[in-house]
Amino acid sequence: MGSRASTLLREEEIEEIKKETGFSHSQITRLYSRFTSLDKGENGTLSREDFQRIPELAINPLGDRIINAFFPEGLDREDQVNFRGFMRTLAHFRPIEDNEKNKDPTASEPLNSRTNKLLFAFRLYDLDRDDKISRDELLQVLRMMVGVNISDEQLGSIADRTIQEADQNGDNSISFNEFIKVLEKVDVEQKMSIRFLH
Amino acid sequence: MVLFLDFNPFDNLLCILLGISFTVWFTLLLVFIIVPAIFGVSFGIRQLYMKTLLKIFEVSGNHWAFLSFLAIIAKEPTSLEEEIKEIRRSGSNRDLDSASEFEMSDIFYFCRRGVESIMDDEVTKRFSAEELESWNLLTRSNYNFQHISLRLTVLWGLGVVIRYGFLLPLRVTLAFTGVGLLVVLTSIIGFLPNGRTKNFLSEKVHLMCYRICVRALTAIITYHDSENKPKNGGICVANHTSPIDVIILASDGCYAMVGQIHGGLMGVIQKSMVKACPHIWFERSEVKDRHLVAKRLSDHVEDKTKLPILIFPEGTCINNTSVMMFKKGSFEIGSTVYPVAIKYDPRFGDAFWNSSQFGMVSYLLRMMSSWAIVCSVWYLPPMSREEGEDAVQFANRVKAAIARQGGLVDLLWDGGLKRGKVKDTFKEEQQKLYSKMLVGTQEDRSRS
Repeated sequence: MGSRASTLLREEEIEEIKKETGFSHSQITRLYSRFTSLDKGENGTLSREDFQRIPELAINPLGDRIINAFFPEGLDREDQVNFRGFMRTLAHFRPIEDNEKNKDPTASEPLNSRTNKLLFAFRLYDLDRDDKISRDELLQVLRMMVGVNISDEQLGSIADRTIQEADQNGDNSISFNEFIKVLEKVDVEQKMSIRFLH
Repeated sequence: MVLFLDFNPFDNLLCILLGISFTVWFTLLLVFIIVPAIFGVSFGIRQLYMKTLLKIFEVSGNHWAFLSFLAIIAKEPTSLEEEIKEIRRSGSNRDLDSASEFEMSDIFYFCRRGVESIMDDEVTKRFSAEELESWNLLTRSNYNFQHISLRLTVLWGLGVVIRYGFLLPLRVTLAFTGVGLLVVLTSIIGFLPNGRTKNFLSEKVHLMCYRICVRALTAIITYHDSENKPKNGGICVANHTSPIDVIILASDGCYAMVGQIHGGLMGVIQKSMVKACPHIWFERSEVKDRHLVAKRLSDHVEDKTKLPILIFPEGTCINNTSVMMFKKGSFEIGSTVYPVAIKYDPRFGDAFWNSSQFGMVSYLLRMMSSWAIVCSVWYLPPMSREEGEDAVQFANRVKAAIARQGGLVDLLWDGGLKRGKVKDTFKEEQQKLYSKMLVGTQEDRSRS
């Protein structure tokens, strides 16, 4: 047996992941294949280095922040994410299907709801997880996206203007609700979704 | 060879039987394999074998499709600028003329692209063996097939017996014969004075030994467009999947090889080959010196009596689904380039050498215990550098031609990414593009 498929996914696990994330059976097996091909250490978990080995992710200006989203516990270098955690994070990018909108309102919110997609984006800004985007945090993300091409002063004024427009309670930072308000017209469902081919 | 043990008549009988079977074995080998290799003819045994195998695969009820060609997700081909503008447009109350420099929704683009590349990227899948959707009865190709019927198990068991019990010993014998003959005969030819006779004999000897090696791998090769075969003073470039590429090309024509001198058996072979005709071997220290390498290559191509050089510009083995960046060194020399496309058929055995997974010896053993190596070779029309074209553009043009002919994906990524990190310049390009979007509106505003 090829060393790659050494820990085949059991049917019960697939069912659990299906319930939690909403992915279909075939999508889960395809993503499991992908998970194992990224797992160079073959220990059933991915480390940050495993992600950084993907060239298209390494050249993404926000690459490191996106990788962070898979390791919710903190910035510890030794972090590992297993397949469940991997799928849970990827689930945020599942497209919202029509029949889901009319689901049982008492059931917990699906991972790919509009609010959860916005929360994913919010957490990219909010590094210290204090539920507020401070001026510094905003500047950090801006700096990552523009590199060396814009001066500190210009970047500072962009950050100030952004906070000014979004901040409603005057604490000079952006809370999650203020974040939602700013983006209320944006087509989050489409822009933060990845379409599967089968 | 025959021992007489008087007190045990059975042993006597056994020895005689062994002696007879060895003789029969070697005669068959000689007649059906070695003699045709010497004269370059074929009985068609391998073609028959291939047809039989295909029939068996059909019987086992498989339908062929290749997993690696099926993408998991749909990627939108929009650019950074287009998409960020779209996101802003949908979220903004204001009209575009006084569009703001920065929106918090801008990160959605980078976010989605990043997660897309985590689910499926173009590069990392080129460095591991191509996955088949159906099973070709080799354990090593069995990735995720959980339901194996009794019939398939029986076929697989038979396959194991045939491959390891019959084919493998046969092939190993041939391999030793081929390599042994190569070393011995080229050393002998080395004693001759340089001239037409030496070149002629050297050609014949090289071809014969490579043909024996081809049979040692049960390689079934189809050559297309042989009128474009590389000529003296030219450089032959091909896509690289495994060390076997060399054997495949060199059994159909004579080339001057380029490479680093190794120790051990490889080194012995290299040293004796260069006695018969000029190959270009570099010491380990010389490989780093690009000027030295370029000088030796251009000296070689200027001498029209010397054979065409064989080079693999990708610099590393790729899994035969794509062609990666060509290193520009061979394209700076200025001689005619003869591109060659090699495409393996993965149904009979995967030829890709994943050097991080297998060493050379275990790789060769895997090759010799597969069903066969089936491939197609296309000799493309010669190309030269055009006016105003630099080496990199020329290299990309040749690469595109090879990818098109072989049905491979043409990638700009460097094969060196197998082992090394990607350069920061790519990230800097994206940052520059995005900065233009922020700063650009500033300039427009100051103008109006």
